[in-house]
Amino acid sequence: MEIIKTAVAGTLESSDCMVTIEPAQKGLELDLESAVIRQYGKRIMEVALETLDRLDVQNARVSIVDKGALDCTIKARVECAAMRAAEHEGRISWGGVIR
Amino acid sequence: MINAVGRDIPEEILEITGKEPFQGNFYKDDKSTVMRGPTIRPVMNNQKSKLVANIREALIKCEAHDGMTVSFHHHFRDGDLIVNMVMKEIHDMGFRNITICATSLGKAHDPLVPMIEDGTITGIESSGVRGKIGEAISQGKLKGLAVMRSHGGRVRALATGEAHVDIAFIGAPTADDYGNLRGIGGKADCGVLSYAIVDGNHADHCVAITDCLVPYPNFPAHISQTKVDYVCVVDEIGVPSKIASGAAKPTTDQRKLLMAQYCTDVVVNTPWFKDGFSYQTGVGGASIASTQYLAEIMRERNIHMGFGVGGLTKAMCQLLDDGMARVMLDVQDFDLDAVHNLKNVNHHRIPAGVYANPLNKGAVVNKLDYVVLASLEVDVHFNCNVVVGSDGMITGAQGGHPDTAQGAKCAIVICPLLQGRIPAICTDVTTVTTPGESIDVVVTDYGVAVNPARQDILQALKEADCVPLKTIEELRDIAYSIVGEPEKVEFEDRIVGIIEARDGTIMDVVRQIKDIEQPTVYRRKTAKRKAGGTAASRSSRAK
Repeated sequence: MEIIKTAVAGTLESSDCMVTIEPAQKGLELDLESAVIRQYGKRIMEVALETLDRLDVQNARVSIVDKGALDCTIKARVECAAMRAAEHEGRISWGGVIR
Repeated sequence: MINAVGRDIPEEILEITGKEPFQGNFYKDDKSTVMRGPTIRPVMNNQKSKLVANIREALIKCEAHDGMTVSFHHHFRDGDLIVNMVMKEIHDMGFRNITICATSLGKAHDPLVPMIEDGTITGIESSGVRGKIGEAISQGKLKGLAVMRSHGGRVRALATGEAHVDIAFIGAPTADDYGNLRGIGGKADCGVLSYAIVDGNHADHCVAITDCLVPYPNFPAHISQTKVDYVCVVDEIGVPSKIASGAAKPTTDQRKLLMAQYCTDVVVNTPWFKDGFSYQTGVGGASIASTQYLAEIMRERNIHMGFGVGGLTKAMCQLLDDGMARVMLDVQDFDLDAVHNLKNVNHHRIPAGVYANPLNKGAVVNKLDYVVLASLEVDVHFNCNVVVGSDGMITGAQGGHPDTAQGAKCAIVICPLLQGRIPAICTDVTTVTTPGESIDVVVTDYGVAVNPARQDILQALKEADCVPLKTIEELRDIAYSIVGEPEKVEFEDRIVGIIEARDGTIMDVVRQIKDIEQPTVYRRKTAKRKAGGTAASRSSRAK
């Protein structure tokens, strides 16, 4: 999935996270800031990277500001931000990469 | 050395502090214990005035010196102005290596952090610390050890001489010129001075600070002229709106209401719920709601509360006014309704020592049937943590938690299963503050767990079939299934604080928190990914 523009998904409410995805030239860069980084930092990175891999996002700068979101929320926010950033909103592959 | 709650207390800490590891709740029961009195300078000269012009004069007259210990009470809560006022003067006079022995410290005392950093303050003894001081201690900025004591434990430490206070500064809503102090009246009306009474009894010097000087004699005095060396009048000792506000609005949070309902069901279906029962609860939304549910059932069944105790709120005082409770015993007032309720002749002030000191000849907590408490974390051994956040940062206070939990026949902890993503029911609490042997029932929004040591309670609740019973392990498993098992928080080796058990043994230690790079950054080049595959790169992820 090619990231064309900057896009955001999510909020800074408790138990949510805000994901920003920007176009980048070479590779993937992921920043994480989290209220629960000491307990769940690794897990959040894992979930975010798995999701990006599944969407085949290869070149992007991704930043996540997490307020204690569950894995499902992080996944959904990353997917949504990526879809927006790739201008895929009208043609989301429900049942495909979006499960 | 491993103590009775399975925590490793390093030998060096036992050596430095001269304390023993925690050996169980009744280790010091019935053992001979020596109490210690203060060294005082009597006032025989009837020409002597106790009034001083300012805090500096009081400090000079009380022989302030490097390395001294000064004490404070927290009845003004977040509205307290005394601690900062006195410490600023001590700082300005250039004293070093000061230990603060406070009944509690909160966000109001954030301005002390620079004094910790510059070595003015090197020791802190408190029920706990919230706000920036907690962070500073966790980051290792305090030179000495922070000592966290319960309210009862603090009285014990001062009474036995384990903790020695050179100068006590007692904020008094009203005072006369000879040092009769009252907690009620004036501008900074906090109702009671219960936590400061031990300071009057055991500190070498005692300075009263007031913003409302009244004619002699200010009677009945809560702290007597016989304990007070000097009286200092200042403009303001507290911010009234932050001392006691109106009663908290009843919660509408369905999760809290559910837990309140479970809690009340536990109380009314256990054997001690009968006429004359005793009860203590807190200020949280669920606690207050459960008190209200309880009141309905008390009315229905015509059961009266023998006595209520604690930090009091409108909900508890209402029981007294309605004739549903016979007596309230008061160590602190959380709202203005509780302050005003002191007019009721059956609403009595008690000193913190009477309330909770474990090493006197029997404290009020020993007569409790029920106590309803909260907790940051509860583990599968029923140990509670109320001081250190799940992220390892000091963020709370013991208060009367360990005292009442040990004393009560049925100690109930209300705790939502999850606080955001953080599981409150976990395998091992970050730091033990109240031992599992004191905790009988844990109420969560996903069910109620009874300590297996309390088969009597478990049996009663099974027979009543009133709440969804779970084992504590089941509750933990539900929590972990939703949020995932948390990583263990990493600490440095350095010990920054100790959690003292009620009796002065060591319950646990608090270590310095590890710096963490925020934000955490992960980079991956496209080429590498194509060649290497995900498995290899995954292992090098997220430092």
